[in-house]
Amino acid sequence: MTGMRGLSVFISDIRNCQNKEAERLRVDKELGNIRTCFKNEKVLTPYKKKKYVWKMLYIHMLGYDVDFGHMEAVSLISAPKYPEKQVGYIVTSCLLNENHDFLRLAINTVRNDIIGRNETFQCLALTLVGNIGGRDFSESLAPDVQKLLISSSCRPLVRKKAALCLLRLFRKNPDAVNVDGWADRMAQLLDERDLGVLTSSTSLLVALVSNNHEAYSSCLPKCVKILERLARNQDVPQEYTYYGIPSPWLQVKAMRALQYFPTIEDPSIRKALFEVLQRILMGTDVVKNVNKNNASHAVLFEALALVMHLDAEKEMMSQCVALLGKFISVREPNIRYLGLENMTRMLMVTDVQDIIKKHQSQIITSLKDPDISIRRRALDLLYGMCDVSNAKDIVEELLQYLSTAEFSMREELSLKAAILAEKFAPDLSWYVDVILQLIDKAGDFVSDDIWFRVVQFVTNNEDLQPYAASKAREYLDKVAIHETMLKVSAYILGEYGHLLARQPGCSATELFSILHEKLPTVSTPTIPILLSTYAKLLMHTQPPDPELQKKIWAVFKKYESCIDVEIQQRAVEYFELSKKGAAFMDVLAEMPKFPERQSSLIKKAEDVEDTADQSAIKLRTQQQPSNALVLADPQPVDGAPPPLKVPIVSGSTDPDSVARSLSQPYGTSNIDPQTPSPDLLSDLLGPLAIEAPPGSVSTEQHGPTRAEGVPDEVDGSAIVPVEEQANSVELIGNIAERFHALCLKDSGVLYEDPHIQIGIKAEWRGHHGRLVLFMGNKNTSPLTSVQALILPPAHLRLDLSPVPDTIPPRAQVQSPLEVMNIRPSRDVAVLDFSYKFGTNLVSAKLRIPATLNKFLQPLQLTSEEFFPQWRALSGPPLKLQEVVRGVRPLALPEMANLFNSFHVTICPGLDPNPNNLVASTTFYSESTGAMLCLARIETDPADRTQLRLTVGSGDPTLTFELKEFIKEQLITIPMGSRALVPAAGPGPAPTPPVAQPPSPAALADDPGALLAGLL
Amino acid sequence: FRTHKVIYRRYAGLFFSVCVDITDNELAYLESIHLFVEILDHFFSNVCELDLVYLILDEFILAGELQETSKRAIIERMSELEKLE
Repeated sequence: MTGMRGLSVFISDIRNCQNKEAERLRVDKELGNIRTCFKNEKVLTPYKKKKYVWKMLYIHMLGYDVDFGHMEAVSLISAPKYPEKQVGYIVTSCLLNENHDFLRLAINTVRNDIIGRNETFQCLALTLVGNIGGRDFSESLAPDVQKLLISSSCRPLVRKKAALCLLRLFRKNPDAVNVDGWADRMAQLLDERDLGVLTSSTSLLVALVSNNHEAYSSCLPKCVKILERLARNQDVPQEYTYYGIPSPWLQVKAMRALQYFPTIEDPSIRKALFEVLQRILMGTDVVKNVNKNNASHAVLFEALALVMHLDAEKEMMSQCVALLGKFISVREPNIRYLGLENMTRMLMVTDVQDIIKKHQSQIITSLKDPDISIRRRALDLLYGMCDVSNAKDIVEELLQYLSTAEFSMREELSLKAAILAEKFAPDLSWYVDVILQLIDKAGDFVSDDIWFRVVQFVTNNEDLQPYAASKAREYLDKVAIHETMLKVSAYILGEYGHLLARQPGCSATELFSILHEKLPTVSTPTIPILLSTYAKLLMHTQPPDPELQKKIWAVFKKYESCIDVEIQQRAVEYFELSKKGAAFMDVLAEMPKFPERQSSLIKKAEDVEDTADQSAIKLRTQQQPSNALVLADPQPVDGAPPPLKVPIVSGSTDPDSVARSLSQPYGTSNIDPQTPSPDLLSDLLGPLAIEAPPGSVSTEQHGPTRAEGVPDEVDGSAIVPVEEQANSVELIGNIAERFHALCLKDSGVLYEDPHIQIGIKAEWRGHHGRLVLFMGNKNTSPLTSVQALILPPAHLRLDLSPVPDTIPPRAQVQSPLEVMNIRPSRDVAVLDFSYKFGTNLVSAKLRIPATLNKFLQPLQLTSEEFFPQWRALSGPPLKLQEVVRGVRPLALPEMANLFNSFHVTICPGLDPNPNNLVASTTFYSESTGAMLCLARIETDPADRTQLRLTVGSGDPTLTFELKEFIKEQLITIPMGSRALVPAAGPGPAPTPPVAQPPSPAALADDPGALLAGLL
Repeated sequence: FRTHKVIYRRYAGLFFSVCVDITDNELAYLESIHLFVEILDHFFSNVCELDLVYLILDEFILAGELQETSKRAIIERMSELEKLE
């Protein structure tokens, strides 16, 4: 590097820059300079080239983009002299990545250097390949590198580089490197005396063994030999000992390699290995020197991992736990952290839990450590080691910690406390206590799931009800209580407040006034709960208390005009109902018991956990829940059969009855048929329906008009039966609903069941679309035989990238799907998806949300643009008009929103008649190109169920399809996603949902359309 | 950093970080940083140029794995390379 003045000057210039701006200017100037020089090739001496390339590297290091001169850097590689060649190699490996095209140009030079005689050049070439070698390199160079590695004439220097270079090539493209028969070579390599080569070879071995351990079983004894050699410090040169420890890195690697072999069969080898491990376990002590300490503990922790892997004898295990116990009490934070983490891993091994429990108090101390990572590990460990015997202590400790914990940890903490309390509660009142305390202390971090769960337990356990009610009452006396607490209290008191009636301060009137005091301060979602509570209080007051009735009615009256639909509706309904006497009693009877199901909390925790915690969770689900909860529940909390397995599996094609049987457990049968609408009940349940099945939650889209016997909404368009026949899994969410939601937005969940979630993300540009399917395995075991097949309708060209056959546990695979719209059509593509979970085959036919509206682009026109176009479309077939009846009544602004939501832009003010809407959009397809579409909707203010629709465009098919599409949207209202069924009362009379008739012509010749029609 | 972890060590104002697999042995890498720094230290006494850092790194780590853990071997190799210049 001598005599490179230009470079030194440039660097000192940069260092002298006062600010970022000056630095940037200097860099720009230099880049310009380099650019000009590179252009003028004739005067470019190798020296100059080298200098400039160094400068480029320096600029690159400063964080600037260097997007030229790569060619010059690569060309330096073929320079004959070392200094140039070296620069070429270094800069190339820094600036270029493995996919860069220029690298191909260099391959031959690199190869020549590798097979050449010059050792220095070999090293440079191997280094480059080791750092950025891609597929091309693997294919053309692997055999040469392999030769170098086993060559006896090469110096160790070259061979260790060759080993790691091969490792890189193998890792990148295992298929391009031929390692058949390498087991013997590897075994030979492991006999190497030079520890440098040995270190590199062991790295290579780790990669090879992790890929296929059987082939390399001959290497196993060699690894043990290496460990023995190091542990006894035999034949280890001084330079390879690090603070007195014989190459800790090699020890770690050798032990890592051993962990890839399932077991060690040979008793003598096993014995030898255990001797080494024993020596490591015993011989490690905490010393003053940080470096020595770290190095020896690195070896020790690896040894621990190996011991766990080998399933050692109990004695050795307890020795390990004892060691770990020592570590979690040392001062060095790194070691304390690792001690806790490894103890958590240790939990996976059976039989050691009792030993770990001895350290409980020390772990709890770690919960107060100044380092947050240590606190997190301690929390994980406590969570993992909790069982019936220590739950009370641990949960109470967590609760105490909750008030001091930082915000970022509180949610996790409260979730974990809630789960532990639920799983291991010694008795139920304790559980209620814990959860209420939890809400009291960290209300903001207690998710709805937690309080839903406590409500479920209280509802399902009669003995618990008076206790819970009195507890809830107590909390209400506090000056400031959290809103979540108010929700629970209100709910519990509404249901069970009457059980307390004889206690002082607990009469209905007193309960009402204490709750009502809080009402002005709460947010909107809480008000409906309070209203329900009032209604229930009123109902439980027998004989009726006119005073209370007056007060409560006043509240209902007040909220009858509330802007929030939910509140308004409840107020109206409760008011009407409470005048009805007997019917009131029926509707507001105590909530029936909830069906048992797996705790949503545990599910949630499984979603939230990161990899480090997984082990704990897994362990958690294996353990038996405590007796208290099992006795109280009809089924164990963790019981395998999901209770909501859809009751009608085959034979039935009546979606109505599916929906009904789904809501059965919620006590539909309680309803007096005379009461206004069965919807009411599901409404009452709505916000409280904890984890309700799709059929019974209905809170949105309810106009105030429904009290007069308006149409009942029954869940499930015709898609439901199709799904049910094929599958035995419980679906999460409604497929039709998800599909309709996805028609209007570009990302979301398409399908979900307990094993898999399929999400979709789409981008649309003109007539092209790019969708990505995200298939996430929710299980801890793989899903196999995964198949995804697209059945495209004739008008779409779909290209789905191959989906892997297996989705590994907890992994997500992505599969891009290219869509091209050829001509206008409303037909929908169908994804035929199936997978195997265990032996259970699950398949589903899913509609792909590549609907007509996705190829529309919003377009707003002025009247000068609109009317000439409109007039130019003279009549059929370019302009079609139809009177549409049976339209779902919508106010004009809502209708305008609906249109805008599928990209047909309403142009306000164009039509002189305020009851009419005028809209425009652009449609893209291959056959039509970009085509303007216009539409006009004339509504009848007297009868909102009918309107006149006129659609025009330059293409007859497009006009027809768009008109039909708009019609479908107006009739079915996909947003609420429920097929409209005429009011038929709650009786069993099945009513066919209004399914859109697919055009018969398309049905006949197009399998995709045929299926889409069926769905 | 869901799938990797970062191990770092601070020497005065300088941070050395390595990004490693989630299952890798943390302390071993922590110490390899120290070894690297010790090697650098050896060189900071005579020369200090940007290419040297790359060269040393190339002798120390390759393909993301440790190549040589002997300080002496690396330093000898460095002086060998210097002679070539």
